[in-house]
Amino acid sequence: MPIATPISISRRALFGLIAGASVAAKGRMALADASLTFDELYGKVSVLGLEFSQKVKSLAGQEVRMRGFMAPPLKAEAAFFVLTEIPMALCPFCSSDSDWPDNIVVVYLGEKQTFVPPGQTIEVRGMLEVGSWTDPETGFVSLLRLRSSQFYTV
Amino acid sequence: MRTLLATLLATTVLAFTAQAADVYPIDRATILAGSPFDFKVELKGAVKAEDIKVTVNGEDYKAALGSEASYVAMEKGKEDKELGSALLLRNAVIGAPGSYKVEVTAGEQTKTVTWDVFATAEQPKAKNVIFLLGDGLSVAHRTAARIMSKGMTEGKANGRLNMDDLERMAFIGTSATNSIDTDSANTMSAYMTGHKTVINAVGVYGDRTPDSLDDPRVETIAEALRRQTQKSIGLVTTSEIEDATPAAVVSHTRNRNDKAEIVGMIYDVKPEVILGGGSAYFLGKETPGSKRKDNQDYIKLFQDAGYALATDKTELAAAPADGKLLGLFHTGNMDVTLDREFLKKGTAEKFPGQPGLVEMTKTALDRLSKNENGFFLMVEGASIDKMSHPLDMERAVVETIEFDQAIGVAREFAKNNPDTLIVVTGDHTHGVSLLGIIDDTVEGKEGRDKVKTGSSAGFPNYTDENKDGFPDKIDASRRLAMFVSNFPDYYETFSPKLDGPFEPAVKNEKDEYVANEAYKDMPGAVLRVGILPKDESTGQHTVDDVVLQSEGPGSEGFRGYMEQSDVYRVLVDALALGVKQTN
Repeated sequence: MPIATPISISRRALFGLIAGASVAAKGRMALADASLTFDELYGKVSVLGLEFSQKVKSLAGQEVRMRGFMAPPLKAEAAFFVLTEIPMALCPFCSSDSDWPDNIVVVYLGEKQTFVPPGQTIEVRGMLEVGSWTDPETGFVSLLRLRSSQFYTV
Repeated sequence: MRTLLATLLATTVLAFTAQAADVYPIDRATILAGSPFDFKVELKGAVKAEDIKVTVNGEDYKAALGSEASYVAMEKGKEDKELGSALLLRNAVIGAPGSYKVEVTAGEQTKTVTWDVFATAEQPKAKNVIFLLGDGLSVAHRTAARIMSKGMTEGKANGRLNMDDLERMAFIGTSATNSIDTDSANTMSAYMTGHKTVINAVGVYGDRTPDSLDDPRVETIAEALRRQTQKSIGLVTTSEIEDATPAAVVSHTRNRNDKAEIVGMIYDVKPEVILGGGSAYFLGKETPGSKRKDNQDYIKLFQDAGYALATDKTELAAAPADGKLLGLFHTGNMDVTLDREFLKKGTAEKFPGQPGLVEMTKTALDRLSKNENGFFLMVEGASIDKMSHPLDMERAVVETIEFDQAIGVAREFAKNNPDTLIVVTGDHTHGVSLLGIIDDTVEGKEGRDKVKTGSSAGFPNYTDENKDGFPDKIDASRRLAMFVSNFPDYYETFSPKLDGPFEPAVKNEKDEYVANEAYKDMPGAVLRVGILPKDESTGQHTVDDVVLQSEGPGSEGFRGYMEQSDVYRVLVDALALGVKQTN
């Protein structure tokens, strides 16, 4: 899995100029990645379970970009962080994954990066992995992950 | 010299304390005669089995407790740390009421505890019990609910809440065995077992070993009902059904976060009616949305055990009128009334068919009352607490109004079924207080300029044109000013949060909670520097007494000041759970 070349400032600026979201939504950009929003993760939400959206299914295994907020790692040594739609305060008496909302994405970094403040929007690029996975170190169960990721503040 | 003496004295006291064994149930425990409980002695260091002597009222313990305890040569803590020897007897039973003095001697270590084993009335006074728990319900919540729902003119309330007319009341002390503070687990466990325990525990005393599922157990009211009666049991909540309050009716764990295991314990007891949120812990881990770490499918297990399943209010209304019912309406906690019914915020759009507490209470009563032997129904207004933690007082008060309407349903049932005991209580308080009015008509740069107190406060201008008991507009231009006594850093906006529940603080990269910047630029917002340590994300429970109210047969047992563990005694006495009931 080649790690994506860091996006240069000019390319990020370009994204902004051409209103990235609408262009990416067509999914026809000749770039190696596609954008994915939190609203697009699940096609169906119900008491008896969630269903991944067609978009998520079709992007599995590919490079995607997602914007959101970084929740601090559960443990200092954890190799991942949780990407959330809004800045979050975790429930005061929860030390596990139990009280996270459904629409979170777990981000495994390709290389160490410095964590950023909770109110800071970040954009993450990584390979989308779909399906239940239990982190062997922490026991954290996730449904969606970005592997070999890197992030930028936006 | 004085200092030296004081130091010596302190050292001696500490050394003596360190030598004392721990015994469970603890000193001054109250135990329902005939109910099974686990007896445990924890000793410091290694003690040979033959050096441990335990007597009950001066006689060898085996006769009094019914059996011999197993000896554990060395209990292990984290990283194999040696904790000491122990004795453990599961399911001890004392049949005869009375005072029981338990004396443990093991070398230099001694410990004496006295238990009060109590009997109940021979004949039940009540056939049914409806136990309504407003999680976090404090005095200010009810005052605000009354004013917001009914209005006030010239200082007199324009109407009364349902809870305002309950006949009897008591002040309840809620402290845990390990802290003056408490949580929903400890208090509900005390209500439902008669034993206070440690924070985060239900149905057990907290022992020293790390395993949260091996702690010394005490009988829950659900188990006592199954042991002595043919009554039905109902659990109704707006939170996850495996959350601490409903969990305490049926389960045993040192850690309320053992939610996957708690679902299994609910399944073991099989309450006839189960209504709430929290389906994520019923789904096997391969199902997206599951929060289990195994592949047990509890939806299927309950269905195989004869339960009808409802996942929204349409299915709830269409469920077969007889038989057991599992209603799960959200993967997590259900949305609060303000979001579910009015603002359509939170996750109300994702789970559009969520019933409210009133509807769930009605359904439960309709079904449970078909059992001619009677029932025990627990109804929890869970989110009074869940909205008070993040300082979202408007949502907490609207939850209180909904909870009060559920009390109305219970009282209506009791009117036609006078052999019903109703208990309404909280489990702990929040530091919430009603100050006066926030007046939007006042010009001011900061929100605080709009806060009116004393004679300038006057009265709020909430309206209720459709008479549903809820204010037509939560952001009335003259609204209640409600603040809490303790908080993390946050931006006070002096206004209701119309875009979804308040998130006052978020965690930063240093693992500290800081004010959520999302509210910084709201008109009038000011930064309040917290008074809590920076690892606290929200307002905390407070230690103030809780007000319990009651009516119906047996309610005369509630009076004055009571510990939350004393409440159990009134419940089991009303139901005569000390005796086997054949009808």
